[in-house]
Amino acid sequence: MASSAAATASGEPPAILFFRRPGAPFNAALRQRFRVLDFLASGEPLPVFLAAAAAAAPDPPRAAVVMGGGAARVDAAFLDALPSLRCLVSTAAGVDHIDLAECARRGVVVANSGTVYSADVADHAVGLLIDVLRCVSAAERFVRRGLWPLQGDFPLGSKLAGRRVGIIGLGNIGSLIAKRLEAFGCIIHYNSRRQKGSVSYKYFPNVHDLASESDVLVVACALNKETQHIVNKDVLEALGKEGIIINISRGANIDEGELVRALNEGRIAGAGLDVFENEPAVPAELLSMNNVVLTPHSAVFTLESRSDLCDQMIGNLEAFLSGKPLLTPVLP
Amino acid sequence: MASAAAATATASGEPPSLPTLLLIRRVDASFAAALRERFSVLDFFASGEPLPAFLAAAGVAPDPPRAAIVMGGGPVRVDAAFLDAVPSLRCIVSTAAGVDHIDLHECARRGVAVANSGRVYSADVADHAVGLLIDVLRRVSAAERFVRRGLWPVQGDYPLGSKLGGKRVGIIGLGNIGSLIAKRLEAFGCVISYNSRKSKDSVSYRYIPNVYDLASESDVLVVACALNKETRHIVNKDVLEALGKDGVIINIGRGANIDEVELIRALKEGRIAGAGLDVFENESEVPTELFSMDNVVMTPHVAVCTSESRSDLRDHTIGNLEAFFSGKPLLTPVLL
Repeated sequence: MASSAAATASGEPPAILFFRRPGAPFNAALRQRFRVLDFLASGEPLPVFLAAAAAAAPDPPRAAVVMGGGAARVDAAFLDALPSLRCLVSTAAGVDHIDLAECARRGVVVANSGTVYSADVADHAVGLLIDVLRCVSAAERFVRRGLWPLQGDFPLGSKLAGRRVGIIGLGNIGSLIAKRLEAFGCIIHYNSRRQKGSVSYKYFPNVHDLASESDVLVVACALNKETQHIVNKDVLEALGKEGIIINISRGANIDEGELVRALNEGRIAGAGLDVFENEPAVPAELLSMNNVVLTPHSAVFTLESRSDLCDQMIGNLEAFLSGKPLLTPVLP
Repeated sequence: MASAAAATATASGEPPSLPTLLLIRRVDASFAAALRERFSVLDFFASGEPLPAFLAAAGVAPDPPRAAIVMGGGPVRVDAAFLDAVPSLRCIVSTAAGVDHIDLHECARRGVAVANSGRVYSADVADHAVGLLIDVLRRVSAAERFVRRGLWPVQGDYPLGSKLGGKRVGIIGLGNIGSLIAKRLEAFGCVISYNSRKSKDSVSYRYIPNVYDLASESDVLVVACALNKETRHIVNKDVLEALGKDGVIINIGRGANIDEVELIRALKEGRIAGAGLDVFENESEVPTELFSMDNVVMTPHVAVCTSESRSDLRDHTIGNLEAFFSGKPLLTPVLL
């Protein structure tokens, strides 16, 4: 039902630009409230789609829902093409696909998914960590190939308790990961833009030092200019041949070429990766390694949090359209 | 170094001989070396003999063994026949937490002390149980297979898993391992209930007096109890029905804690949603129907298998043996 506060002068529901894979369930929820101009469904090139949207009757869209890491980059050209746009809602926590400075310059407000699925990402990160240390998926493959009766014992894994876990980025997600791993007896270290007085974990001002004092490195930071390839060759060297790395942020947080080389050459012990530099492409060398765990960017959602995301996204749109503050604004 | 109290000096003044120890377990090189430094080891698996012949020979040896190390959950049963064959035995040390392979009543009757692995494995088993739970709920291994088969570019997103936070987890058996599982899952926002022989006043989790009721109020059932007469098939057809079609079961106890045939039927018919299993009724046999199921995670009894707990187990087992041979109380006795 369209929010009456958000209805346009024409009485029609407001137009919303939609940049997300078709078939997403919130597509349906959006269509109940708004006129949805769906980029991927249009099949048109972006400039054509934006021009058509700008000319949409009775009114051009004032808000857009933009998928994280997806179909469109919201930059100056995008915003020039659609001057009616005053609000962007990202369906991710990440907003690396949005030029925040340009938006701020034009007074375009930006909302993200807030903490809606932070717990799910944290849970998945811990699941990846346990899987790599305890070889769960590798042991699964061993059983499914019928090797247990033939080859007997499976190689030993490594204990979690006492392991030093270095978290890069102690935001919502990083903090939830830390809390979970403490329950397993892990020792938490972290790097963040600034030290956090409210936590007792040991702070490292740079990622290289964090890596040299960690057994496990967990990448839990946003992707931006400073954090592109924050895990590079030096950091991998510092992590060392017994070290493992877990990435649930963005593929580009890690120099993927260097990571694959380091794994190939045994310069680190293993990796749990939910994200890759060029999804859905996964470097072929990884597909045959037993000491890596690879998931298809599935840390993000569960059935439960997807419906929470839908509610929150609609909440942000309705707040904007009725002149209220966004629920989960992203400040530049 | 051999414990002086344990060595027996010979009349001729030769260096004291090491006490004889029956070893009925495969051990790695460092464990074997540590044992040979302290004991005169009669090694069953190295002997290549059938067990009855091996035991008979040990029973009539000049300095027959007073203690034995016996592996847990294997083919060897320490029963009346075993104890009859080696009457010199006064102490059995199990390298498992479980002692379902040992007839505790027979041992008690004969005054044979029994020790187990105590808490040596508990954290590792708890960690593995949580790993299995996350894997089943969040489909980690299934998504892994999807990626490795090259399906991500072709089929797009993998189906969504289910959130941990708020899930009601019912733990069957709140001993060392069950308690550590509970503590870990609380950090994920799970809600813990349990069934145990007796309710435990020291914990704040909800106690449910029978497993059927526990299952009907749980989204996830975790089997963390010992295997004995009462707990054999404690998870049976009724309990699986009560768990229901959205329910998941995790087993890090013993295969026989669950009626495996009923479990497979329930999975095939969609009467429960999934399972994470580290143990099976007839290891290393895994029912082949499970191999085609994407909602099942199977590991080959590795919950105890970390290199750290292997070395802890070695130290702990030797600790129990040295206590026994020097007349001190066992570190981790198993009482009836």
